Amino acid sequence: MSKLGDDATTATRTLRTMWQIRRFEEAVDDLFARGLMHGTMHLSIGQEASATGTCFALRDDDAITSTHRGHGHCIAKGADLERMMAELLAKETGYCRGRGGSMHIADVATGNLGANGIVAGGIPIAAGAGLAYQLQGLDRVVVSFFGDGAANEGAFHEAVNLAAIWKLPVIFLCENNKYGMSFSTEKSFAIENIADRAVGYGIPGVTVDGNDVEAVNEVVAAAVERARNGEGPTLVESVTYRWKGHSKSDKNLYRTKEEISEWRDRDPIIRFERSVVERGVLDQAAIDAVRAQATEDIRTAVRAANAAPDARPDDLLEAVFAPATA
Amino acid sequence: MSKITLAKGLNAGLRKAMEDDPKVLVMGEDVGKLGGVFRITDGLQKDFGEDRVIDSPLAESGILGTAVGLAMRGYRPVCEIQFDGFVYPAYDQIVSQVAKIHFRSQGKVKMPIVIRIPFGGGIGAVEHHSESPEAQFAHTPGLKVVACSNPVDGYWMIQQAIKCDDPVVFLEPKRQYHADKAELDETRTLADADPLFSSRVVREGTDLTLLAYGPMVKTCLASAEAAAQDGQSIEVIDLRTLSPLDMGPVLASVRKTGRAVVTHEAHVNLGMGSEIAARITEECFYNLEAPVLRVGGFDTPYPPSRIEEEWLPDLDRVLDAVDRSLAY
Repeated sequence: MSKLGDDATTATRTLRTMWQIRRFEEAVDDLFARGLMHGTMHLSIGQEASATGTCFALRDDDAITSTHRGHGHCIAKGADLERMMAELLAKETGYCRGRGGSMHIADVATGNLGANGIVAGGIPIAAGAGLAYQLQGLDRVVVSFFGDGAANEGAFHEAVNLAAIWKLPVIFLCENNKYGMSFSTEKSFAIENIADRAVGYGIPGVTVDGNDVEAVNEVVAAAVERARNGEGPTLVESVTYRWKGHSKSDKNLYRTKEEISEWRDRDPIIRFERSVVERGVLDQAAIDAVRAQATEDIRTAVRAANAAPDARPDDLLEAVFAPATA
Repeated sequence: MSKITLAKGLNAGLRKAMEDDPKVLVMGEDVGKLGGVFRITDGLQKDFGEDRVIDSPLAESGILGTAVGLAMRGYRPVCEIQFDGFVYPAYDQIVSQVAKIHFRSQGKVKMPIVIRIPFGGGIGAVEHHSESPEAQFAHTPGLKVVACSNPVDGYWMIQQAIKCDDPVVFLEPKRQYHADKAELDETRTLADADPLFSSRVVREGTDLTLLAYGPMVKTCLASAEAAAQDGQSIEVIDLRTLSPLDMGPVLASVRKTGRAVVTHEAHVNLGMGSEIAARITEECFYNLEAPVLRVGGFDTPYPPSRIEEEWLPDLDRVLDAVDRSLAY
């Protein structure tokens, strides 16, 4: 099977997506700091390979459920950057007309069944979408992204068990970024690898270096193939790290500067760049061009989103229920 | 015409809904071969197959979460919660996901999910098996909440709830499941039935309005009958819908009688009666001859079965409130 860095076209696409995620989140961080964006947000800077490697193993008609830290998942699944930014800026042109915000971007038409503000909230939803595909006789799959913290929620257990007994086409993608807010996985788990939990459900469990976009892609592609063949779900643990705090209020009091710095040295994007340069797939000029392009993509999105009309409170009651009811 | 129980009415209604729309699925614990603890889904798996009547493990959060994913992909899941008190593990999914997704997506994603809950006491069960959690759902924007009280309503209302594009919490008075029979006219159609979100006067009167839903409708009708022997003319309204409330018939009745007593099995404190009393007071202040009174369960967890008859509001407690209101 070919890797994401084997040819220039795929390598460029992979790199551009990862840089878009990074630049998008840097822009979000900046907009918040300047008081131009409101609410809260959770950044996945440092985790770009996990989102990209996973979504690049999917077809357009496959689905994902995402998390509070979901900007990367949305972008990698092909979301429109302008509509995403508009959603975060509470604009009418956003994916949910600005009513969902950072934690609830959903684009059901393209298979993004929604980010979710409830930790583990999306896991049973993914099982349900998988059941729908199975009942419809489609060969589509669903990836459910969730974090290490979610693996300790009851909904995780219920959903993985349901998917296992019904052999649902679901990939449970645990992004282990080492902390549930401030609580380290060393304290919240008595097992070494979260993927080991798969044994308890009778499904395969794989732990992968989540900062290696090609490794993530290969592992997920294998799980996807298994799911498409009707062999059921896989639990994938993608080990990664968030450089930024849990949310905008986090002062990083629970981890050391050295630890953060050590993980920054393992930057998944730089790592992929070095690899493709060493392999002679892209040269430095091509890489610089991708970076510049991604930066421009985000600037364009921010400009367009800023110019869009604000979400209004006057029709807030409108969408609580469906328009026509029995 | 045939005589049916509430259990049969619901079963026949579910069957009809499944025949009419292949996207309707039934999910829950023991709903398949067993036909559910109360046999409401009896025979459905045999006739519609395991893909449409899905036995799930004991996982209420998983059932509701799975229903959300199914609804997102075009299905109309009907989830059975085995007993009222078992709904709490699914409460997070219902309140945080089911109720909010239509709003969150600004209408792009509909949630046509029916959550069937056998509710209320009087069957000699215990806490978790006899509770009335309706106010907790009625308090949640994005959910619709209805309660049937009789076999014929059961047959029509379950079909209407399944056709509804919004999530409906469908409350079934479990002590009525096999209690009484009523005539069902199968030649009527869904279009002839009263709208799902409407209240109905079930006994006319002029002196006082008794409001009830679910299991208390029968109690209130019996109370009105007993009061009639003392010369009191009591109007009884079956509320049927708890969210949205259909206040039209209620306000019209109170404007006529000047007195209202709201009844339910649920605890009085912050129960449905509190909201209804507030709305009557706001709209009918100058018509009222007495404060709106509430009759309900005591503010305790549901008691052991040996003393549930003392705990549950009955004919005597309703008549006592009627007397107090009339004496005011």
